[in-house]
Parts: sequence; structure tokens; C-alpha cells
Amino acid sequence: MTSNKREKSLIVIQLSGGNDYLNTVVPYSDGSYYDNRSVVNIPQNKVIPINDKLGFNPSMGPVKALWDEGKVAVINGIGYENPNRSHFRSMDIWHTAEPDTIGKEGWLGRAIRDMDPQGDNVLTGINFGRGLPRALAVPGVSVASVGDLETYGLFPDVQDEELRMFTLEAFSRMYGNTAGRDPVMELLGRTGQDALLGADILRTAPAKYSSSVEYAPNALAQNVKSISQVFHANLGSRVLYTQHGPFDTHSGELPTHAKLWDEVAGAIGCLMDDLKEHGTEDDATILVFSEFGRRIKDNGSGSDHGSGGVAFMIGGAVNGGMYGEYPSLVEAEQIEGDLRSNNDFRSVYTEILEDWLELDAPSIVNGQFEKHGILKS
Amino acid sequence: MINNDTALMAHLLRRAGFGANREELEQYLAMGYDGAVDALLNPSDPGNMPDDLIRRYHVEQSELRDLPGSAAYWMYRMISTSCPMEEKIALFWHGLFATGYAKLNQARSLLNQVDMFRRSGLGSYEDLLGDLSQDPAMIIWLDNNENHGSAINENYGRELLELFSMGIGNYSEDDIKECSRAFTGWTLGNAEYMAIRAAKDSIWPYGRIAWHFDYREEDHDDGEKTFLGETGRFNGQDIIRIIVKQDSTARFVATRLFQFFAADVISEAGEKAVQAMTATYFSSGYKIRDMMRTLFLSDYFKSEEARFARVKGPVEMVVGAIRMAGSYQNPALGIEKVSNTMLYMGQGLLQPPTVEGWHEGSEWINSGALVERVNFAAKELSDVRSPGVRSIIDRLEASADQGVLDPSDLADGCLDLLGPIQVSDETRSILVEYASRNGDLDLSDHQPGDEAEQRVGNMLRLVAATREYQLA
Repeated sequence: MTSNKREKSLIVIQLSGGNDYLNTVVPYSDGSYYDNRSVVNIPQNKVIPINDKLGFNPSMGPVKALWDEGKVAVINGIGYENPNRSHFRSMDIWHTAEPDTIGKEGWLGRAIRDMDPQGDNVLTGINFGRGLPRALAVPGVSVASVGDLETYGLFPDVQDEELRMFTLEAFSRMYGNTAGRDPVMELLGRTGQDALLGADILRTAPAKYSSSVEYAPNALAQNVKSISQVFHANLGSRVLYTQHGPFDTHSGELPTHAKLWDEVAGAIGCLMDDLKEHGTEDDATILVFSEFGRRIKDNGSGSDHGSGGVAFMIGGAVNGGMYGEYPSLVEAEQIEGDLRSNNDFRSVYTEILEDWLELDAPSIVNGQFEKHGILKS
Repeated sequence: MINNDTALMAHLLRRAGFGANREELEQYLAMGYDGAVDALLNPSDPGNMPDDLIRRYHVEQSELRDLPGSAAYWMYRMISTSCPMEEKIALFWHGLFATGYAKLNQARSLLNQVDMFRRSGLGSYEDLLGDLSQDPAMIIWLDNNENHGSAINENYGRELLELFSMGIGNYSEDDIKECSRAFTGWTLGNAEYMAIRAAKDSIWPYGRIAWHFDYREEDHDDGEKTFLGETGRFNGQDIIRIIVKQDSTARFVATRLFQFFAADVISEAGEKAVQAMTATYFSSGYKIRDMMRTLFLSDYFKSEEARFARVKGPVEMVVGAIRMAGSYQNPALGIEKVSNTMLYMGQGLLQPPTVEGWHEGSEWINSGALVERVNFAAKELSDVRSPGVRSIIDRLEASADQGVLDPSDLADGCLDLLGPIQVSDETRSILVEYASRNGDLDLSDHQPGDEAEQRVGNMLRLVAATREYQLA
């Protein structure tokens, strides 16, 4: 790449456990919402209205502020046909973009492979949190997984810093000199070196970053802060992923859901302030999604697994507004007591891949999907 | 300094188990190699961590409803068993007949399937496929509950031929249809209701309900079928009888066993062992135990070539390090975090990514997974409070003149007691150099956790971080 333009990055915040769509973007003027949600509802006078029909959850103040600036796309009724209400399966479907068969590769893993086919940058994709979401997993594609940016790397439990450096140096030599060995030893050597390199580069990120934004002490905000640090260190990271939850609010939903959204909206607000402060608002787009929405009728304390959900895209490059249709709560329109999704999630993926990461989308999402026009051209 | 019998026994135990500490190795060495093979292949009482003890610590492992608790429960079995081959063969079949929690939302049914692998996993392949076809978790996993006499669903029939026996290219699409017809009516009790609950991930109103096999005669297509050239009014069991006679099935089973228990890649010499296993398959009446005996007693398996010829899978990595360190011998709160480490390395028990199972061998290695692997093993094996590590320290002291080890004694001693592990000359020289950081090590007066012991811990940490330690 010879362009001196900064490459675009995608930041994903996954809401794990099934975020309750109805209490996130609330149809506050629809009486049947209050009929179905006799207990687990957001009262009309608490909703933050965004138009005369819909309003945000009261915990979403920072998102509303961004909405007012035209930086928030609300993607209604998102999902896929024949909804599956298992967390694992539905999340797999979102991760692999394969609703019908059990998919093998993560959609963002494929995107990372297409952006960096030789694996030149060990930090093209990073997950913040342990393990690797399937969205990022493709055999042969290296993706860093950072539990804690401050201690990321090998031997984090060795307290004596001198001993740790001495051990790392020995490790580096043991994994060096890979040429001429058998392929597995060579692969191990190269991977060990990649891991060291990734850790070395990532460790420089916090020092390269300064900001007046103060992130909250909760886990999500801290992961989002790490994302900002790495993004602003210009390490060539294109996909930065994290998750928050559990949104599986079968009981005691109202206080739990409020707290979770307080954290999510707060982290998003901080990140956007941070991007603004660094003049990078147009270089990162945030995708927020969950594996499904929740049952229309509450269960007296919470809500059960449903279908049809809401996703958000947020950023300076986003054309703010409503996309897709809010599914009807009328009984005849429901699907087994749930909202009927009318909006395939792979449309959003297609748009991100083509218009943001500039990749060939059909080969990644397994088909052609019409775009919404969420991203500014 | 490495003893050949010890090295061979350690190799056998890494394959037929999860590696062995020196005390275990000595017990097996006392039986002789052939005796050890027989003992491993004929599991007796595994002496597992008792369920009632586990339940006192882990409510969720009493009900076995959720995934993390159920995966940890299996991990306890692997850690505490004295019949490691029983767990290893169950893990092998779990990877081959890969059934996952995602679609079932029924952890206990998966653990029942694993139990079936323990029971039938070393018996005849014909019996095993019969048990598999009646396994409720498999029936839901591959939709055989949707396979009706009036309208077949080919999912199970297809995978039975493609992924569980002959492999693609050895049958026609018509064979798949006929095979599927034969398995119509093979379902589980109250299948419709159970399938809805699985799809809805619902525990209401009665929690998870146990599943059992049910044969619905009225839903079975009893008509004439032609399968692989044979014609008759076949039922599922008849199809299995035909499948297991095929050369391609013998080859398939032998190859997969070889790759899991001997080497990721089949070399020319390895091919001879595969052929011998294939011959045993037929001569023994399809017995897995006999095939494994053929493999373990083969010249190839005992040769240098087969040593360290596999990349350790995450489960082997985690369970192996824990067994070596002797940690988690009693239930420990937070054990799910330990079993989750396997997931972070790419292999979550009870959650294979697809019906094809895990991609093994070199595909276990990527930078995120390697960091997890190295950090886990290094932490477990450097903890000088663990009984297994204490025993290594005692053995090192006893092996040395006056308890004083020079740097090469320390490096070689740790390599020996964690394996023996063979390393390249380069790796060894780096280890020796590392060991010489503070000169000779005097263990003669060591006290729990003192600096002398910690130096052993540091050495073990680095050995656990070698490239060679990544291999089984």
C-alpha cells in the first residue's frame, strides 16, 4: 500500500447472551409493547425519544448524544430466517455467516486473510479478551488474543522482571533459527517469533497513546480503551474485537440490562470522544450486535430467548438514522412469540466488507446481499 | 543419560494416555512394555475423583446442565483416572464423531455419549456404530429425528458414510438415500418435543429432560433397499454390517487411529503400520482394541521416527501438564477457568466446531493458541508447591552427588523427569546456559519454596516452553 491515507479499521462490540431489542430501542408509543411487557418494560416517561415511535433505553444517553450528531445507524429487525434460539448456535451463525449449515470459518477471519494473505502483520486482527471468537477463527490465520494489554505476552505470571526478561530471551533463541528444520518445528519457531513480536509491538501501544478521555473501570470500558490505544498506535490493526455481557436476562432484567447498557453506552461515548480528540473519527467504525433479541412477552421478571434483534453502526463515516423496519408486535406478524426479523445480518456484513474494508464480500458472507447505504460514500 | 526403556514407556504413555510422571512410569516399567500395553488396553477400575466429592464443590456438576461445568467434569475424569487409555479413546471418538453442545443444549446427553465411547470405544467397530446410531445426542446433532419413512433426511446417512466410515468416493448418492431409508424410525423418545426444546434452548418447565433412544416401527421404511450392491429389506443394523466389511472402512478407521495415536503424518514406514492395523481390523472381527495392540507393538511405533511425531492437542496439553504437576487432585472452585483454557487453545471439550471435529496436527498452532499453551504449561510446571513438582525436586536431589547439580545436570534432569523429552542440541545448549545463570545448584538442604527449589521451578518453566514440549 502506497497510499498515505490511514487504512480503515472495524471495531466490533459483541453483546453476548441475547440483548433485549424491545428494551433497547423501545416502541414506546405502541400499546401492545406495554401489554406484552407488563413488568419488564421501560416506562414512557423514562424512554429517551428518538422519534415519535421509538426511543432509547434510559441508560443509552451517550448513544443518544451521538445519534443527535448523526453518527448512529440503528439497524432494525436484524437476524436471519428460521431463527435459532440457542446462544451457541445463533452466535455461530453470526460468526460464520452460515445460517443453514454449520460453518467452518469466521467471517472476520476470512476478511483478515484477504487483507493480509501472507500474514505479514501479526496484529491485523486482535481480540481483546481471552480465546478467539469464531468470527475471527480461520485455520492458518494468526489473530492475537489479548486478555490484558498491560501484561500481554509470555510468562505473565513471572513477577521478577529480570527473570522474566531472561526467560523471554531464552525463549526467543529457542524459537529462532527455524530454517532447515522439519515443517512442524519450523512452524512452531515462526509462530513463537510472531507471538513475541506481537507482544513486543503491543507493549509499545500504551506509551504511544495519550488522551484526556477517562474510561470507566469496568471490563468493557477497559477493553475498549485498549482498542483505542492499539488503534492509535498505528500498528496496522484492521479488526479490533471485544465482547460484553451476559445479556441473558431471564430474570431481574431491568436492573441488569440497565447496568450493562450503561457500560456499553459509556464505553462507546468515551471511544468516540477519544477518536474525535485524535482526529480519527472517520477512520474507525463500530459495529454492535447480539446473537438474538428476546421474547416479546416477558416472563414476569425477565425475558426468554427470542429472535429478531437490533444492531448499531457508529462512527464519523456512518450516515446516522434508522435502517430496516421495526418488526410488528401484532400477533399475526410474530414468529412463535418473537419478533420476525426482516433484515439479513449479512447485508450489514456486506456493506462493512465492501465499503469499509474494501474486500470482496460474496466470497466471505457466502452470497449476495443488498446493502443499506449506512456508510458514507 | 536417558534410559531407552523409560523413553519408550514415556512415549507409549503420551499416546495411550496424557503423559506420565516418573512414579507412574516406574509402575508401567515393572510390567514390561507388552504388559503395559495390555494393562492400558484393558481398563479396570479408573479410581476417578468421586462424584459425591465433586458435587460438594460444584452444584452445576451435579446437574450437568451447563456447558462449562460439564466440560470441567470430564476434565476431572481425565486428570484423576488411573486408566488413561479409556479417556484417550473417548477423546478420540469425541473428535471423530464430533457432537457439539451448540445444537443440543443438553450437556448430560453429550456426557452420556462420552460414557458410551468409554464403554464401546475399544470394542468392535460394528457395535460402536450401532451404539452411535442409537445415541440420542447424535440423533439430534445430525437430524435423524427428522428422518422419516415418508420423507428421508439424509444428514445422518450421509455423514455415517462420509465422515464416520468409508469416506467420500466409495459410495454413490443412491447409497446415501438407501442408507438413510434404513435408519428411518431411529429416533429418541418424545422426539418432536425434545427437538423444539433443543432449538429453543429452553429449560422450562422441567429443566433438561433426559433423552433415550426410541425405535418407531411405524415410521420405519421397511421396503427393499439396495446398498453397496446388496439388496434386502435392510434396517440400520444391516447397513452397518455392510459398511464395516468394506476395505475403505478398514482403511479409514486404521488411518484415523494412526493419526491420533501415532503420528500426524503417515510416512512410508508408518504406512506399514496402517496396513498391519487394517489386517487386524478384519482378522479380529473389527476390534479396535486389537488394532491398537497391533499399533503399539509395531516396530514403527517403537521406532525413533514415531517419537514426538504429533503436535499435542490442547486437551493433552492441559491435562498432561496438570497430571505431571499433580495439581487439582481435589475439586477446586473455579475449575471451569482451567478447562476453558483448552477452549482458548482451540479445543473446548463437548464443543467441537463442526461435525468434522477439530483440525489437528499443525493446525493447533497459531500465535494466540501458542501463547496460551506456553503460559499454561509453564505456570503449572514451575509451581514448586505442586506435589508432582516437589517429587521432581526430590528426585533431582537424590540423583546428584551430595545434592549438588551442575547446570547440565539440572537441564538434563528436568528434561528427563518431564519426559524424557528429546530436544535438539541447540535447545539443550540454551537450557544449559539458562541453568548456569546462578552457577551450580545445591539442593542438599532445600526447604519448600526456597530459592534452590525455585531455581528448579524456573528450569521446568523453560523446558515446558520449548518447541519440543509442544509435541507428543
